[in-house]
Amino acid sequence: MTDRINMTHGGGGRAMAELIRDVFHKHLGNAMLGRGDDAGLFAVQKGRMVMSTDGHVISPLFFPGGDIGSLSVHGTVNDLAMMGAKPLYLTAGFIMEEGFPLIDLERIVWSMAQAARAADVQVISGDTKVVERGKGDGVFITTTGVGVIPDGVDISVANVAAGQSIIVSGTMGDHGVAILSKRENLAFETEICSDSAALHGLVADMVAAVPEIAMLRDPTRGGLSATLNEIASATGVGMVLDEGQIPVSPDVAAACELLGLDPLNTANEGKLIAICPRDQADTLIATMRAHPLGQKAAVIGATIADPAHLVQMETTFGGTRIVDWLAGEQLPRIC
Amino acid sequence: MRYISEFRDRALAENLASRIAQEVQPERAYYFMEFCGGHTHAIFRYGVQDLMPPNVHFVHGPGCPVCVLPVRRLDDAIELAEKYNVILCTYGDMMRVPGTGRRSLIKAKADGADIRMVYSTLDALNIARANPDKEVVFFAIGFETTTPPTAVAIKMAQAEGLANFTVFCNHVLTPAAIGHILDSPDFAPDGPAQVDGFLGPSHVSAVIGSHPYEAAAEKYQKPVVIAGFEPLDVMQSVLMLVRQVNQGRAEVENQYTRVVTRQGNRKAQALVAEVLELRDSFEWRGLGAVQNSALQIRNIFAEYDAEKRFAVSEKQSREVKSCECPSVLRGVMKPTDCKLFGTVCTPDNPMGACMVSSEGACAAYWSYGRKRAPQDAA
Repeated sequence: MTDRINMTHGGGGRAMAELIRDVFHKHLGNAMLGRGDDAGLFAVQKGRMVMSTDGHVISPLFFPGGDIGSLSVHGTVNDLAMMGAKPLYLTAGFIMEEGFPLIDLERIVWSMAQAARAADVQVISGDTKVVERGKGDGVFITTTGVGVIPDGVDISVANVAAGQSIIVSGTMGDHGVAILSKRENLAFETEICSDSAALHGLVADMVAAVPEIAMLRDPTRGGLSATLNEIASATGVGMVLDEGQIPVSPDVAAACELLGLDPLNTANEGKLIAICPRDQADTLIATMRAHPLGQKAAVIGATIADPAHLVQMETTFGGTRIVDWLAGEQLPRIC
Repeated sequence: MRYISEFRDRALAENLASRIAQEVQPERAYYFMEFCGGHTHAIFRYGVQDLMPPNVHFVHGPGCPVCVLPVRRLDDAIELAEKYNVILCTYGDMMRVPGTGRRSLIKAKADGADIRMVYSTLDALNIARANPDKEVVFFAIGFETTTPPTAVAIKMAQAEGLANFTVFCNHVLTPAAIGHILDSPDFAPDGPAQVDGFLGPSHVSAVIGSHPYEAAAEKYQKPVVIAGFEPLDVMQSVLMLVRQVNQGRAEVENQYTRVVTRQGNRKAQALVAEVLELRDSFEWRGLGAVQNSALQIRNIFAEYDAEKRFAVSEKQSREVKSCECPSVLRGVMKPTDCKLFGTVCTPDNPMGACMVSSEGACAAYWSYGRKRAPQDAA
């Protein structure tokens, strides 16, 4: 086998078959994938099923706390989990750039397999394509997942109303800062790791303890502020947050301070926002804190009736401000 | 966390707020210009205005380097990237600022120009080293805070013989701007705007010291308090300004003593003076041509001057019609007085630099302050 991806790996011939066997099946292999059929086959479960897809184009491909392989599992698993579902199966499409080192590809596929195993999901179908050098960024991975929602669970943005509590599962901004710290032109020294993780185990504990959870969402791109504004616009409620209650690790706060970024606008890959009836918040917090991925869970605010559906925040300083969507990408400041 | 949370302490803020409330004279109004966009954003982000008595007003000054860069210079930078096929390195704030015809660096990049966002001049030097067959231009903007890194980059390029590296120099100076504002008809006794004192630049003063403001304080009889960028710094500086006004003093005081001295950083000043020199006049967005208000690269470093290496064309640069950035930058209008504010002009669809920059007054009003009724005009 050559040590880099070349065009023959996408050509449909022997090279492609060997790559699939020696890299993909070697790590991701399971009974279904091993059958070699054109599609993954699975029994339909009783109840409602959910399906979601997510493309991953992250740069750099390897970052502290994860890589594009584990991220592509966590991203889709979390989309299913935010519906209260138990994730079951994934498919994965790989678009690889000519010249990409096979050793890196294998590392990514291995990490994907580890993440899938830990999340108890199987990759039952896959696809590989190769694009010419310069037409990709190493490797892009699209994963699609299906899961099943347990009976009695109804988690939807439609359940959000004024007077509910807003909860986050932990510190904000870790993933975004970890990625930035490794960007080629911005490298800085930090120990900050991405929080990339599969959240369905935490969600299962949460819905078991508090079936009345109104909605769940993972604050990925755009961070907490974008996700809360999205929920506020979709439901027509307003929100009032208490800045002092929002967990941010000291390292992330310091890095954001130096770089002119806001942890509330910065991406997370292993955190969730829950909105639940106020009288259930204490129970939910206790449940979340008992799970390894929810130890720093906190009530950060409440939904209110507000025709302008603004997200407002009482600052630790004693003033009030709005928490807005981010315009475009977060850009570093100069002064 | 040291040096962050201490300066955002709520109990201290409440204490300062009550002292300001006790000391202001209720029968008069106080108009303080915060020179820097960093102050404007601290005021809005932490809700400092909420803690002020109703007769203390903030007037937003021109201290946003991205905002005061005239459209013409941005158009020139875009031309360098597109026509001369250089790698243009820029600080992130510039990327989305609209030039003539609302063309921006980010749009030029999407159309194929090689524009790289950098955090420091050292990143730009690295790009030049890694691309010896390409011309690399560093788009240098900013007040005195960012001049020493530009000077260092030019000296390093010379020491290494980095022949493909040049700087497009747009550095501007704060003391000249303060004098220009106070000389303008806007702030004349019968003019539309009023200012009783200044929250002086913090990071700029770390470099140049507090003494360059003494002449203006004396000449115009306006107090200046060099103020840090944390919200408690701003509040303490307001208290110091209120006291000066009440006592009829017009001195330069330094609240930001943990960083700023009267003389500033002499090593940095010497470095800047070695590489850069005063321009006779430079165009500021909003303020127009201001004498002795900007820096250019000295002739002995001419080979690192992008303006000498590349001939940019004459062009008819134009602001977006109806954009009131110039009046906002002069402190005569609040962002909310502009009819474009929040209607066609938002951070997603900016018509002027003040809505783009992380230091722009319009961005501060939009991002943090929309819930409030507009403050009464200064």
